[in-house]
Amino acid sequence: MFRSILIANRGEIASRIIRTCKYMNIESVAVYSEPDEESPYVQEADQAYPLGGSRVNESYLNMDKIFEIAKDAGVEAIHPGYGLLSENAEFARRCEEEGITFIGPTPDVIEKMGSKLSARKAMEEAGVPIIPGTNEPVDSAEQAKAVAQEIGYPVMVKASYGGGGIGMQIVASEDELDKAIESNAHRAEQFFGNGTLFIEKVIEDAHHVEIQVLGDHYGNAVHLYDRECSIQRRHQKVIEEAPSPLLTEETRREMGEKAVQAVQALGYRNAGTLEFLVDENQNYYFLEMNTRLQVEHPVTEEITGIDLVEQQIRIASGEELAINQELVTIQGHAIEARIYAEDPKTFFPSPGTIEDLIVPKEKFIRNDESIRQGIKITPFYDPMVAKLIVKGKDREEAIERLQTALSMYHIEGIKTNIPVLMDIASHSAFQEGKTRTSFIQDYIVN
Amino acid sequence: MELKATMAGNVWKIVLNEGDSVEADQDVVILESMKMEIPIPAESAGTIKELKVAEGDFVNEGDVIAVIE
Repeated sequence: MFRSILIANRGEIASRIIRTCKYMNIESVAVYSEPDEESPYVQEADQAYPLGGSRVNESYLNMDKIFEIAKDAGVEAIHPGYGLLSENAEFARRCEEEGITFIGPTPDVIEKMGSKLSARKAMEEAGVPIIPGTNEPVDSAEQAKAVAQEIGYPVMVKASYGGGGIGMQIVASEDELDKAIESNAHRAEQFFGNGTLFIEKVIEDAHHVEIQVLGDHYGNAVHLYDRECSIQRRHQKVIEEAPSPLLTEETRREMGEKAVQAVQALGYRNAGTLEFLVDENQNYYFLEMNTRLQVEHPVTEEITGIDLVEQQIRIASGEELAINQELVTIQGHAIEARIYAEDPKTFFPSPGTIEDLIVPKEKFIRNDESIRQGIKITPFYDPMVAKLIVKGKDREEAIERLQTALSMYHIEGIKTNIPVLMDIASHSAFQEGKTRTSFIQDYIVN
Repeated sequence: MELKATMAGNVWKIVLNEGDSVEADQDVVILESMKMEIPIPAESAGTIKELKVAEGDFVNEGDVIAVIE
């Protein structure tokens, strides 16, 4: 087992990883940018080193600086958290070269799953259902028209290297296709340095359901069941829960089996997530794979009792998976609400100083955060400031507890989405499990 | 008339340049804050007399971005 780990991340996920390091008796080394100096995770770590700079490319994406610190501190492994360098194959490759273990899959697998097109191909080969569409890049309007005609409108134009909803667009008819191809290729080129596009059928009334998996170096793999993350704004998740209220037991079992099949076909080692769209008739289609820890991993931990960060560390250190599928069972229901520093009406970000803070504390509440009174929420990073996780014996109790916890939460100095979270939690459509990805547009906005 | 930043962030894109004419509600610059694009539109029509920021600059809420006449 590793003696020390550097955490190449910030905020709540750095705190979360430090917590497991402490429990496993591993020394934790934090890194921080200038504006994050006062962030609680910096104090929580056994050691902390400044990266300098404010923007991510000067700080958390500065590989040279991170490796310099890793060497100074003498760490044996780097945990990348989520976002930032977590799905960067070049970073994983450099870790190998520097003789430091990257807590994640091999660079080749990161690359393969990093392109939505090659991920589609790999999943199709592994026998996982994919959304009807193209497996080759679409590079002309004529070709796009032919494909769209074949699969039927509406179609989704998607950037192969896109993310966060950028570079994708629903196209309802042939008239709009030319413009959509041109503008999305341009945006994808601008944002991701690659304008490759492909076309998929639009899955109507879809739910976003994902399967958590674990795979080790020896070909062992398990799934940790599903999470439903359909409640999104600007293609970013807002509320996640486990298990999904949509899936039947049969679909749940089948999707789990397919996910394990995919892990084995890829030779995947690490915690990972296969994202799917599922329609009301229980048809499921692979969307993408995240080759890292997810923001919403706590809901899975709450219902399975398995510490995913611990599993990641054990797998990376070369241990064999000590969990087999029969040992993974679902107990109760968990919901996570992401607290964003943003205007609850416009969803525009709201940087500022946290003047007052009361975080609810009850047995059924888990708070994953790295904030406190007096710290500044800066414009440099993601607007998510905290995660509120509740657990109940069933979905109904979990929703009641979410409402209780949200009503106890108090943040002053910045605007937050707590009013929106309250509206969602108290909405009858949410309570009835009508959690399509269009939920916020359908029920909350206006 | 001064056009001010509605929130702190980086200047991600300059849409209009000095000397350009601008309509009311037309975007002059786009800021990037917390990984989101925030367009800063002109409040009324006119000409951009002075642009006070460049792409990549950091602005605080209330900083003057441009002078429109």
